[in-house]
Amino acid sequence: MSQTHAPGTQAPLHQFDNVVIRFAGDSGDGMQITGNQFTHTSAVIGNDLATFPDYPAEIRAPAGTRPGVSGFQVRFSSSDIHTPGDQPDVLVAMNPAALVVNIKDLRPGGILVVNTGQFTDGDLKKANLATNPLTDGSLKGFRVIEVDINKRVTEALKGTTLSSKEVQRCKNFYTLGLMYWLYNRPLDTTIKWLEDKFAKRPELAEANKLAMHAGYNAGDIHEFFQGRYEVAPCVSMPKGTYRNIMGNDATAMGLVAGAQLAGLQPFLGSYPITPASGILEALAAYKNFGVITFQAEDEIAAICSALGSAYAGCLGITTTSGPGMALKTECMGLAVSVELPLVIVNVQRGGPSTGLPTKTEQADLFQAIFGRNGEAPIPVLAASTPSDAFECAVEACRIAVQYMTPVILLTDGYIANGAEPWRLPELRDLKPFPAQFLTQPPEAGFLPFSRNQLNARPWVKPGTPGLEHRIGGIEKAHQTGHISYDPENHEFMCKMRLQKVMGIRDSIPTPPVQGDPNGDVLVLGWGSTRGAITSAVEELRKKGRKVSQLHLRHMWPLPKGLETIFARYRAVLVPEMNLGQLWRVMRSEYPQHNFISYPKVQGQPFRTSELVDKIESLLQK
Amino acid sequence: MAETQTLSKKDFKSDQEVRWCPGCGDYAILNCVQGVMATLGVPRHKLCFVSGIGCSSRFPYYMNTYGFHSIHGRACAIATGVKTANPDLSVWIVTGDGDGLSIGGNHTAHILRRNVDVKILLFNNEIYGLTKGQFSPTSPQGLKTKTSPMGSVDRPFDPVSFALGCGATFVARTIDTHQKHMEQVLLAAAHHKGAAFVEIYQNCVIFNDGAFDHVAEKSIRDDKTVDLRPGQPMVFGKNLDKGIRIEGWEPVVCSAAEAHTWRSDVHSPGPAFVMSQMDSNPALPRPIGIFRDVAASTFEAEVQRQIQKAQAAKGPGSLEKLIYSGEMWTVS
Repeated sequence: MSQTHAPGTQAPLHQFDNVVIRFAGDSGDGMQITGNQFTHTSAVIGNDLATFPDYPAEIRAPAGTRPGVSGFQVRFSSSDIHTPGDQPDVLVAMNPAALVVNIKDLRPGGILVVNTGQFTDGDLKKANLATNPLTDGSLKGFRVIEVDINKRVTEALKGTTLSSKEVQRCKNFYTLGLMYWLYNRPLDTTIKWLEDKFAKRPELAEANKLAMHAGYNAGDIHEFFQGRYEVAPCVSMPKGTYRNIMGNDATAMGLVAGAQLAGLQPFLGSYPITPASGILEALAAYKNFGVITFQAEDEIAAICSALGSAYAGCLGITTTSGPGMALKTECMGLAVSVELPLVIVNVQRGGPSTGLPTKTEQADLFQAIFGRNGEAPIPVLAASTPSDAFECAVEACRIAVQYMTPVILLTDGYIANGAEPWRLPELRDLKPFPAQFLTQPPEAGFLPFSRNQLNARPWVKPGTPGLEHRIGGIEKAHQTGHISYDPENHEFMCKMRLQKVMGIRDSIPTPPVQGDPNGDVLVLGWGSTRGAITSAVEELRKKGRKVSQLHLRHMWPLPKGLETIFARYRAVLVPEMNLGQLWRVMRSEYPQHNFISYPKVQGQPFRTSELVDKIESLLQK
Repeated sequence: MAETQTLSKKDFKSDQEVRWCPGCGDYAILNCVQGVMATLGVPRHKLCFVSGIGCSSRFPYYMNTYGFHSIHGRACAIATGVKTANPDLSVWIVTGDGDGLSIGGNHTAHILRRNVDVKILLFNNEIYGLTKGQFSPTSPQGLKTKTSPMGSVDRPFDPVSFALGCGATFVARTIDTHQKHMEQVLLAAAHHKGAAFVEIYQNCVIFNDGAFDHVAEKSIRDDKTVDLRPGQPMVFGKNLDKGIRIEGWEPVVCSAAEAHTWRSDVHSPGPAFVMSQMDSNPALPRPIGIFRDVAASTFEAEVQRQIQKAQAAKGPGSLEKLIYSGEMWTVS
């Protein structure tokens, strides 16, 4: 460890179970990098953690303005945690806009680190502030630490060849160094990252290292803080090998793993869209795994090329977000009709239309389950955490290949950009599901729309001698696959495609209840609300409340056995980041049970405290 | 049961009843394509026909090969996936003026730009047939149809100019009723390594009958068209006594002896583009034949090359390499 201590100064060390830091600055200040580095270092030293990046849709909104504020919240812990925390304990504000946008969230008595070098009258004006919060008394109740980071960085980098603009771009690493000192973290993980990142510009790596060391040493020299804090490694995490993972990366890895388990070459057709582009970027780097990535001319070509590749024998994949899903809809219907495997990932964001591109939401559930013309059933899965996206992607591949069907996997912006420690699966636990291609005409003759015991039709690669056949989006006759306008055949085929998809229920488990098997309230969730629900339920159970949690992964078809679970509770609360979509599905599928909707559509995840209050109010009824 | 190379036209006829209107130009094209397929030396199982929606797009059902009849305008996008996934297949796209230049114009542009090794047959009848007679993006201005009762105000696309503008490496035009010419053009397209775009003038007997008669009708065809044959003088006329030469950047009619030699392989698509614009001058013959035929690396070959390069540099991927990577730590 290359930790530096100024001679003679040893600040006292205080122990904490968990801490929430929010880094906030201009979108050009590198707050996402700072937050990710802090996260990564905390992961490597063994903390449990959860993150919440929150950034504007504009690449660079006017500097110093409120719309340009970018934030990254990280919670690191010595015990199990499920959310990035409701309130930061520490807020780092790189300018007045970052301060004013975020201060309402800071815990009373919390630490506020302010870059005073960015608090000129002009800076205040850009942030639309009439008075200076540092002097107008509005920060009473917080422990304000004033550091002129602009000046400190300039001093620290005196003598380098960098321009003054480049010097100022190292401010975030000064801040990072200061936080590393405060929370007693090693610098080496970030040093290694800088050396890799700037391998071709070593002077930049050097400058950022200098800035980080300067920030670190400043903790000792300047006595900003009354002491240092320590959050010990989390020993209650299950045994195993871990790495830090973001949701989009986990999704990409799950898709590659799924293809390997199926014995297929993966083909991704995709068009860049926030917040899904990360999956395309990650898969483009997996060429040595045989991954073909095709950056298509539009969302429609993206899914069509993927379906074409599936016809040719690849594992076809397409990734997008809500507006892109809308464009892909017609081809999803074609995939249902021709019965080819296809994995469609929707990283949900705030809608409708362009909506809130960088904010999270779960409002595409109806679109996933119902959003096509005709009777077009498609199985739908939803990931609940960044690492769960890996398992869900593998599961999506399994269903697609075994049932010859398109599958929709829903994640969201919160999962895509959030990070957590991932306990790596044992390779032997990843069960292969090899794709079966028909390579010889069966003795009774080849029927392209005959079916196996799962009601899946045979998959034949073009290029196979003797099995030439035609497929298409016009209704097909049962078994032969010839064009058919026969009324009875159409009804038969619609029912057959539905029966095939509903049959997937036989291959999926009933999700486990967390908490008592019966009680007053069951909180039924799906997707990325999992962490907040778990935290709320745990908190209430510690107080003796009869509350349990059930979280869905398979959204359609729904797993078996849910009705007997629901029957054991007085009420089932359904919190979700939409206006009640799962709630409506539940009321329609299980009309005899008492479901209560708890919607939130603010582009922000649920806070644990919101859920605790809501559940408490139900318990009092 | 690999096929021997001795195939005949009838081997390419599927068991499906052909359902185009009697007299439709599509029959002649199907007949010619089936004949050409028998001469390519490509076994049936390696041929794949992909189409979108429209009268022409029923084509794959009538070919005894692999086939995919997809959705409106998307044949090029689907075929890009097919060919990239399996470069070993010979992939043919059948589309029309509506399918390929209107709803699917974007994909046609991009498959040509990328130079995916597919053969695109665009049946141009200057009308929407399957939806029963609305104007198309190639309909001439003023065409009266159900949706343009006072005449279409749209300015039309010229498919050959469009393809050249997209950077196509092979562009040609032929006529449904000119079987011998079509055969030569299709063979040249088949032998081109890269995206080949062939516009086929196709008569719709029901909704736009005789749209090309002023140039393609057999009795006047030799005088009203000039066949662009690479390396050959641009001569035309019943007696091959007339020619085309370029004067001051403009094609002009001259005697056969004065005709310029046509070159389809020059670096710039400029000369081909000049020829494609002869359509708008009724005093000039309509150019058919091969406008452009240049060599370029194909999309799918480059994709494969990168994968091989990555595998050579990093070694092939495995589940273990995938998951157990990056900075890890152990909780024991």
